[in-house]
Amino acid sequence: MTEEIIIAGFGGQGVLSMGKILAYSGIMQNQEVSWMPSYGPEMRGGTANVTVILSDSRISSPYLNEFDTAIILNQQSMDKFEKSVKVGGTLIYDPNGITKHPTRTDITIYTIPATDEASRRGNARIFNMIVLGGFLKLKPVVEIENVMKGLEKSLPKRHHGMLPENREAILLGMEIIVKK
Amino acid sequence: MGELRLMKGNEAIAEAAVRAGCDGYFGYPITPQSEVLEYLMSVKPYETTGMVVLQAESEVSAINMCYGGAGCGKMVMTSSSSPGISLKMEGISYMAGAELPLLILNVVRGGPGLGTIQPSQCDYFQATKGGGHGDYRLYVLAPASVQEMADFAKLGFEMAYKYRTPVMILSDGIIGQMMEKVDLFDPIPRRTNEEIIKTCPWATTGKTANRERNIITSLDLDSAKQEKHVFDLDAKYKRMQAEDTRFERIMCDDAEYLLVAYGSSARICQKTVDVARAEGIKLGLLRPITLFPFPTDEISKLAGQVKGMLSVEMSLGQMVEDVRLAVNGKIPVEHYGRTGGMIHTPAEVLAALKSIIIGG
Amino acid sequence: MEMKDIIKPENLVFKKTSLFTEKPLSYCPGCGHGTVHRLILETIEEMGLQAETIGVAPVGCSVLAYEFMDIDMQQAAHGRAPALATAIKRLHPEKFVFTYQGDGDLAAIGTAETIHACNRGENIIIFFVNNGIYGMTGGQMAPTTLPGMKTSTSPFGRDTEIMGNPLKITELVAHLPGTYYVTRNAVHTPAAARKAKKAIQKAFEYQKLNKGLCFLEFVSNCNSGWKLPPVKSNEWMVENMFPYYPLGDIKVPSL
Repeated sequence: MTEEIIIAGFGGQGVLSMGKILAYSGIMQNQEVSWMPSYGPEMRGGTANVTVILSDSRISSPYLNEFDTAIILNQQSMDKFEKSVKVGGTLIYDPNGITKHPTRTDITIYTIPATDEASRRGNARIFNMIVLGGFLKLKPVVEIENVMKGLEKSLPKRHHGMLPENREAILLGMEIIVKK
Repeated sequence: MGELRLMKGNEAIAEAAVRAGCDGYFGYPITPQSEVLEYLMSVKPYETTGMVVLQAESEVSAINMCYGGAGCGKMVMTSSSSPGISLKMEGISYMAGAELPLLILNVVRGGPGLGTIQPSQCDYFQATKGGGHGDYRLYVLAPASVQEMADFAKLGFEMAYKYRTPVMILSDGIIGQMMEKVDLFDPIPRRTNEEIIKTCPWATTGKTANRERNIITSLDLDSAKQEKHVFDLDAKYKRMQAEDTRFERIMCDDAEYLLVAYGSSARICQKTVDVARAEGIKLGLLRPITLFPFPTDEISKLAGQVKGMLSVEMSLGQMVEDVRLAVNGKIPVEHYGRTGGMIHTPAEVLAALKSIIIGG
Repeated sequence: MEMKDIIKPENLVFKKTSLFTEKPLSYCPGCGHGTVHRLILETIEEMGLQAETIGVAPVGCSVLAYEFMDIDMQQAAHGRAPALATAIKRLHPEKFVFTYQGDGDLAAIGTAETIHACNRGENIIIFFVNNGIYGMTGGQMAPTTLPGMKTSTSPFGRDTEIMGNPLKITELVAHLPGTYYVTRNAVHTPAAARKAKKAIQKAFEYQKLNKGLCFLEFVSNCNSGWKLPPVKSNEWMVENMFPYYPLGDIKVPSL
């Protein structure tokens, strides 16, 4: 198994940390992982993206031109990465703020209203975990128990009180993702 | 197996330095390597192992702090990115001349000048051909994974002391900023002053009655002596070539074509090899792990086997010159690569191979 | 007649300190460097610190200071001695560490290293020999060259409009919280040398206290660079250098 994923959105949406939690979950499941972020000034308020690879064998390039799954969280990223999904691959996006929806027919497209759900619950911080839940529903590359272990590893101890709400957010994401 | 962690390359090498028994780190912030100093300041090794960590007023000062520390026999390290490494070059030349052990990390970004903060491999010449003034070389290691960032900290210190020389880890923004799984080796205690006096009898540890005074200098106004000194350095570099040249062969046994790439570019090329093989092209990859000493003999041997070689670097083509010297005209050798902070994709490399080498 | 026939115990009234090596000093006759070297080495010898002291030599006339001092020493790149000393002291806090620097080394190319070592309060001693000129490279203008003073790169005298003003770096570092003891001396007369030695002794004593950096300037002469005979150069120094760089303590510890 090798799953090559790009997660892209605004800085501040938790794009990089979502990728980090996914990578840590992979380690908890004895997988090889890589997490390659965009970095520099573009991170500050601009767009941020991260390439995450989970695999049962040694990972070759951490930098890719096409992906099994693209998780897209703003319009700029849609413009940039819709075309980078492999034929037969998966595109997941939050329709919030998207004006030009994806049009490809050789990939499977899903939507997840994570922004709306997070704001309905008055907790913007769980946004990225809802999206992660949606991804895991489609691609159960890591078990939820290992995600929780990964979360525990990547969250500082003082935030461990937030673990249950993160778990709920993942489960919520699994419920609300729909095929377009 | 040691301790498993998900870390950035920059964090992994910082943690590995502490575990390798490093005595002192002296650095100055610059993107994309500031995590090294940030990580060290956050884990406070001065409270655990006693390692000194100091943010200097400049790269120039940082490298000279390394000179002072290394001159005392202490295990020291600095890190920077391209423009900062240029500033350190004077001090690196002095340390090569004074034969001082040092670990330097260069997380290369695109140049020339202030350039860009995005990844590049455009400092190959600077790292392998000198960089500073004078007849000297550095032992240059090129990690291709976060794991190697950690492992090469330890190996780099070993080489620095084996040869009494500055060692450079030539990394780049990809390896520095990406996170991967790291298996961390168990901590090695820092050497005591008594051990340093025993293993580094040349160090300035205080002149005692039982020995002559120790002097750390790169100066000899007597040209005949200076020439001898340079010949001695050269003998050391030849010994490195014989004993510590490192490389990795990937799918080379039956290869008809060969990619030569180091560091992050080698990772990208590995994917190209997979894709090419799936298409029926017998492609191999030779990954130099040491850029100096360069795996000249291995490439020379492969020149008798393959039909053409493509040196794939994130630069205008620097290592390609060493590949050509090794091949010595036997088969075509060309370069492909993006530069200025752009990163070539596995698909671009394959397309280049087809057009420049196979179809060329 | 050999040396031992001339120097007999009964007529021996002066000898070189044992911490001088056998190497003859390479400084010009009449230069203050030799005297400052001697005062430092005497102090180290008298305090029994030979095995405890690590010195750092600069680039300039005293680039070869390590050839004359029988202690462990490191030779620094131009201006960087305080950076070396910072690391040496931090990695060997039990040792006594000093730098020995000239005006070009300390107050021009090495200004950043000087200021920041002082500001961090490194527990080292900086010995600063100020003769207002680049001696080793043949008498060029230094950061401390006096207004109107002729050098090979200010052949009509230092024009401060064009070349800027002499830098009183000793007064400058005295303002920094990291300096503990800042003083200015000379070694042109026996009385001045005795006073200078007291300052050196204090600096070594203070290093034990880990209170910060001791900065000791010695206003000195350069008879070759100034193109004056040794005695005349000392007179010129008293008349011209001392008014601009007045001798005395600038910052003393409140014990």
